[in-house]
Amino acid sequence: MTTLAQAAPAAPPRFQALRRFARAYIRTPSAMAGLAILVAVTLLALTAPLFIHASDLSVVGATGQSLAPPSARFPLGTDQAGRSVLTLLIWGTRPSLAIGVIATLLTMVVGAAIGLLAGHFDGVVSRVLMAVTDWFIALPSLPLAIALAAVLGQGDTSITIAIAVTSWPGTARLIRAQTLAVEARPFIERAQALGAGHTQIMTRQVLPNVAPLILVSSTLTVAGAILSETTLTFLGLGNPTDVSWGSMLNQAFGQGAVTQGAWWYVIPPGIAILVVVLGFTLVGRAVENILNPRMARKS
Amino acid sequence: MAQPAALTELELSGSASLGRGADTGRGDSAPRDFLSYLARKTGAAVVSFVMLMVVGFVIFALMPSDPVATLTRGRITSAKQKAFLIHQLGLNQPVWERFVHFVLNTFQGKLGYSWQFQQPVSTLVAQRLWPTMLLMGTSTILSIVLGMWLGIHSGWRPGSLLDRVSTGTSLTLWSVPTFWLGLILLVLFSVGFGPIPPLFPAGGMSTPGSPGGLSPAHFLDVLRHLVLPCLTLVLVIFAQYVTIMRSSIIDELGSPYLLTARAKGLRDAEVRRRHAVPNAMLPSVTVIFLQLGTLISGAITVETVYSWPGLGYLTFQALQIPDLPLLEGTFVIFGASVIVFNLFADLLYRHLDPRVRRQ
Repeated sequence: MTTLAQAAPAAPPRFQALRRFARAYIRTPSAMAGLAILVAVTLLALTAPLFIHASDLSVVGATGQSLAPPSARFPLGTDQAGRSVLTLLIWGTRPSLAIGVIATLLTMVVGAAIGLLAGHFDGVVSRVLMAVTDWFIALPSLPLAIALAAVLGQGDTSITIAIAVTSWPGTARLIRAQTLAVEARPFIERAQALGAGHTQIMTRQVLPNVAPLILVSSTLTVAGAILSETTLTFLGLGNPTDVSWGSMLNQAFGQGAVTQGAWWYVIPPGIAILVVVLGFTLVGRAVENILNPRMARKS
Repeated sequence: MAQPAALTELELSGSASLGRGADTGRGDSAPRDFLSYLARKTGAAVVSFVMLMVVGFVIFALMPSDPVATLTRGRITSAKQKAFLIHQLGLNQPVWERFVHFVLNTFQGKLGYSWQFQQPVSTLVAQRLWPTMLLMGTSTILSIVLGMWLGIHSGWRPGSLLDRVSTGTSLTLWSVPTFWLGLILLVLFSVGFGPIPPLFPAGGMSTPGSPGGLSPAHFLDVLRHLVLPCLTLVLVIFAQYVTIMRSSIIDELGSPYLLTARAKGLRDAEVRRRHAVPNAMLPSVTVIFLQLGTLISGAITVETVYSWPGLGYLTFQALQIPDLPLLEGTFVIFGASVIVFNLFADLLYRHLDPRVRRQ
């Protein structure tokens, strides 16, 4: 944010700032740990179809016993249908990450657009946009998401939409505040004096300066979106035919694995969620701290 | 700007700009000022409520493409029956008329008729309200006490062992889905695991067939059922309070009035308790109140896991059908509770911070 704009004029300023940022990032252990988690999980999600076949996930073709504890053949035991929990766990990475990332993209596009518009224009436009944002912030997010997903029907699309609808207002508010701060700087006035229009100021002057904040906010939003995705899927709103961490926990709860004390079916999905969410949170916080050192003391 | 705007701005900047100096003197505010403030805030709350109704109406009345098809799913229906249903649901009326009906009915407490329970939604909500209040009240109070204490002590010495442990724990607990924590506690303490015997009941609010009423036995029974859901919620909620309180305390650390207090010769604990904490409380208390509303909806998953017969479990039961009138009812109730708590937060803040009063 500020570091980018205030970089020394020698050398192309933005790249220099970027290099300085990368150096600071590498020096932060928690940031590197978060990045390592994310890289590993993403690789696992992308390569999963290479070593997991549809038959491994099929309820009918399962070879193991029902709810067998961990063994050499099934390192994390089996589920009710006799499928390997480890296989399900790896496969579950895919929908969780996909929904988290797509919902975040939607959130960012809507939130950033509304935030930029509300910050750039003043008067009626800004007031109306912020009033709508505030009304949405005041709505309880989980009941709103549940209501939306229930009406739209089970499935990934409705969950994604429900998450995006409930998480854009926070982003919009954040981006608006930053837009206001950027627009108060002299170089915006200079651009205006040179005859730049609204669109040019918003996209060429303000957006590059707000972009780092959008990045930080999106890593934290992915973390929240994955948690929401698992919660909604656990409540039974997910795609009933797909395997995800939320649906695993839904089945563990609904089909009696919990009451039979099948801990190997309950613990792994939660740990997986914890690790991925922690990964995104660590990266987001580290970037935030580097860009805004005043926060470093607090968090 | 609408009322929640002021609040969120306050939430964002609250810890930084407000609650600085040690000024706790009561300003001379005329009661008329307070009345106009109250009227303004109440007006804003009413606007929020109307907005909630609009959103609820759009989701439940406009978005389902064919409510009659949803209602009659899996049943053979004649065209005449369908026409009757359309008339009964008011689907042949203009949209604005349906909206006015919806708002008027809600204000009269008519929230529709549950498809699943074959009872008015308002009756169901009334039955389930108290268990939710009991669960949320107990866990909120426990979390506030625990979270505040930890936040104050870790913020006072940032970087200390206590600080690192409590910040790490908060971050981890924040990354865990609430319902999963509930499932784990359920396996550990209710089913029993390894050397741990089944200590607490797995679900419900009392043992089936227990006498009920106000007898001490019933009280203990409910208490035993309350332990696990309450513990789950506390573990998730207290982390947020630690974070809020910690950052408010850190904001106070460099303030000159603390130096003055130390220069007077007060001991460290006294400086913290009598000077730093009261000032740090201002932003924290407001944020806590703001979050109360959202916490109520956080109970949805925990109540589901422990089949606690509250509003959250009712929402889950409604989802299984899906029973849209019931979902609509719980949505309105959850939304309304957030609005009410936001209003409380506004009034409380004015009471606590004299500078807001003078504006």
